[in-house]
Amino acid sequence: MADLRTVFAGIKSPNPFWLASAPPTDKEYNVRRAFQAGWGGVVWKTLGEDPPVVNLSSRYGALGFEGRRLIGLNNIELISDRPLATNIAEIKRVKREFPDRAVIVSLMVPCEEDKWKAILPIVEETGADGIELNFGCPHGMSERNMGAAVGQVPEYVEMVTRWCKQNTRMPVIVKLTPNVTNILMPARAARAGGADAVSLINTIQSVIGVDLDAMAPMPVVGGKGTHGGYCGPAVKPIALRMIGEIARDPTMAGIPISGIGGISNWRDSAEFLAMGAGSLQVCTAAMHYGFRIVEDMIDGLSNWMDGKGYERLEDVTGRAVSQFVPWNQLNMKFRTIADIDQEACVGCGLCHIACEDTSHQAISKRNGPDRRHYEVIEEECVGCNLCAHVCPVDDCITMVPQPFDGELTWPEHPSNPHRITA
Amino acid sequence: MGTRFDIACGRLPETVLDLNFADAHPGLSHEQAALEADRCFYCYDAPCVEACPTGIDIPRFIKAIASDNLAGASRTILQSNILGGSCARVCPTEILCEQKCVHTAIEANHAVRIGALQRFATDWQMNQSAHPFQREESTGRRVAVVGAGPAGLACAHRLAMRGHDVTIFDRHEAPGGLNQYGVAAYKLADNFAQKEIDFLMSIGGIRFQGGAVLGQTLTLAGLRESYHAVFLGIGLSGVRALGFENEGVEGVLDAVAFIETLRSSTLSDVPVGRRVVVIGGGNTAVDAAVQAKCLGAEEVTLVYRRGAEHMSATPVEREWAQTNGVTLRFWASPHHLLTDQGVVQGICFARGASGKGYDPQDSFTLEADMVLKAIGQVFVSDPIQNDQILVENGRIVVDGNGRTSMPGVYAGGDCTAGEDLTVAAVRDGRDAAEAIHAELMVSSAEKDAVNG
Repeated sequence: MADLRTVFAGIKSPNPFWLASAPPTDKEYNVRRAFQAGWGGVVWKTLGEDPPVVNLSSRYGALGFEGRRLIGLNNIELISDRPLATNIAEIKRVKREFPDRAVIVSLMVPCEEDKWKAILPIVEETGADGIELNFGCPHGMSERNMGAAVGQVPEYVEMVTRWCKQNTRMPVIVKLTPNVTNILMPARAARAGGADAVSLINTIQSVIGVDLDAMAPMPVVGGKGTHGGYCGPAVKPIALRMIGEIARDPTMAGIPISGIGGISNWRDSAEFLAMGAGSLQVCTAAMHYGFRIVEDMIDGLSNWMDGKGYERLEDVTGRAVSQFVPWNQLNMKFRTIADIDQEACVGCGLCHIACEDTSHQAISKRNGPDRRHYEVIEEECVGCNLCAHVCPVDDCITMVPQPFDGELTWPEHPSNPHRITA
Repeated sequence: MGTRFDIACGRLPETVLDLNFADAHPGLSHEQAALEADRCFYCYDAPCVEACPTGIDIPRFIKAIASDNLAGASRTILQSNILGGSCARVCPTEILCEQKCVHTAIEANHAVRIGALQRFATDWQMNQSAHPFQREESTGRRVAVVGAGPAGLACAHRLAMRGHDVTIFDRHEAPGGLNQYGVAAYKLADNFAQKEIDFLMSIGGIRFQGGAVLGQTLTLAGLRESYHAVFLGIGLSGVRALGFENEGVEGVLDAVAFIETLRSSTLSDVPVGRRVVVIGGGNTAVDAAVQAKCLGAEEVTLVYRRGAEHMSATPVEREWAQTNGVTLRFWASPHHLLTDQGVVQGICFARGASGKGYDPQDSFTLEADMVLKAIGQVFVSDPIQNDQILVENGRIVVDGNGRTSMPGVYAGGDCTAGEDLTVAAVRDGRDAAEAIHAELMVSSAEKDAVNG
């Protein structure tokens, strides 16, 4: 049985699965249920200064696809709308009752040193394991010069991080917004400010859809809508890329990364770990199915690690990072060709029409007496994988690597006018 | 023991009859349809389309249901098959579109429920006030359609759409043919056949004349004189006999007539035996047997002379009969009727086996108050015997466009060769209408050229 115990920036938890700062971690009742269900930690929903913010009615919009609900979730909820004292008392109680679990408190106050100086000791007094600076909320709070408005300015990120480091003994995790052109800028600023870790991604600015009757973005609040923060399974690829960028950046070497962004199951979790995450934060999947989803995450990750012979999380964290390279470092001699398993093929023709209409005309069609037959024209196949992706039958189309000789990357490629010559 | 006569109406209270004859397979809800539609892979050159005699673009209409474009979905169906609503209900989809669904290659019997989805879309359309198709500019041409069954109706609708004026003649008082008089009531529940005809006729340009019998009240030659073209969709008006001398005794009926009575009467007024034996292995046999049971017959036995695998009724139909309490017996050939004072008392069968024939020495008898014959329908050529219409192998001969050997006369549906399916009849009618349209437009153009 793999050891899932996690030590992240000095914060211990029995497993790497934390609930992200969001509605599921808004109050004691939920957090208690989460810990009972087996979650390793929580990042308490963002605390601000009193008086608390006021939230709206209608807070979520969802994206479904071909019958599946909630592949993406958009929210316009602000930070905790409960008094600071209420949250603080509850955090204290929960931490005392679940000492083995990680309790991290998300914070957001205006960009004034005094404000941060004031709140830090209050939080520290709860016995919380650490703080996470919410520099990511992309809606509402950013209009008040907090959240993403800070996260988008590296100088502010560094400044506030430094204030926190100077005024608390708790580990400081800086939560990054993806709503920037280069994630390395705020990440490096966080490190420069002394951050113990970074977490990402926060939600992405989005309009989830338009209500065609109300003629307003969803969710519609009294006839109007606003942009929200987008999360859920659909954002996973964006998160993986940004985490990988940070993990492979020499100036960020060694910084713990808490991975966030559409993690829904153990496989997603393993992928985030492989791309450099040391702990994992989950929200949408729990909001969709409840806290019980953590059972299969723990179980599945552990079983997979056992199967691969990985004993500890550290054996997995960052394992794919050195293989995550710029395009220019990919071997141009490598080639795959699609292969259709005729036994498994059901004759739907999706591979053919995708290739015929939108790719390389490399799959032929022939109507047999029993069913349609589709065959790869090997000379035409560029190994793009599209057919394998559209095929509805698992493992029916495989991409078969072809023999190749040595390595040739674009910088040396004869067709590159700027090629490096000896 | 005296003569037994036990045929009676009203064996069951009306409330039970209503339940027994309610929709056999109620329509999908919006949620069910959306879930089912999402199962469709949206195949390219989909095998299901090829398996549909009317060639409905099935992936397209299912995709439209998935995107909640129900107007588009129903239009896609109805432009290929104007009787798409009844075909969705009566088609043996298990041997047509759904048999070819690629999902069956992944898991047997788990095809996308194409028929149910088609019903969902067409039901939506029928609840709209407007007809989805408009007539083209009037051509001033008149076409006579003989027979108001699926072939005739499909032909009439397409002709009307192309701007021709159509008169449909039928021996019945109401249009619909087999849909109205021949299919089991629970397959087209809630008066669906009539509603669909009202919908179809609402395009305009179609006149119905009931009580018109070809060969009696009208002749083909006469129609040819009064109309620019004629379409014959006259079906199979004869039924096969068992061939027994005493077949005319009371209690021995044609299953077709039994069903027609049932379809045109109040259910509580339809007489049915306490013990019913149905002879035959097709859909008519199953429809008669199940409906006899639904009317309140205590014992219904369907006897087929060959094995289950030889029945023309599909396995789904067979199971439906069994689910409804019909006993099936195979490899038994009717040997003689037991009668007393002109009333049937039972029927004796000779047992048989594959490749061995039937042995009259090895027989069994089923007591019966009612024997329903469903051993096949035949084309009766009498009404057209004086016309130059070529008939071969008991059906009217037509070319690929539905043309008979008589100029200007077309035919389709069960009276021509091919599978006796509603959906095939619709295709025949539709295609003949297009051929008639093409012919009339050519002759019209020629006339214009001469006049010009």
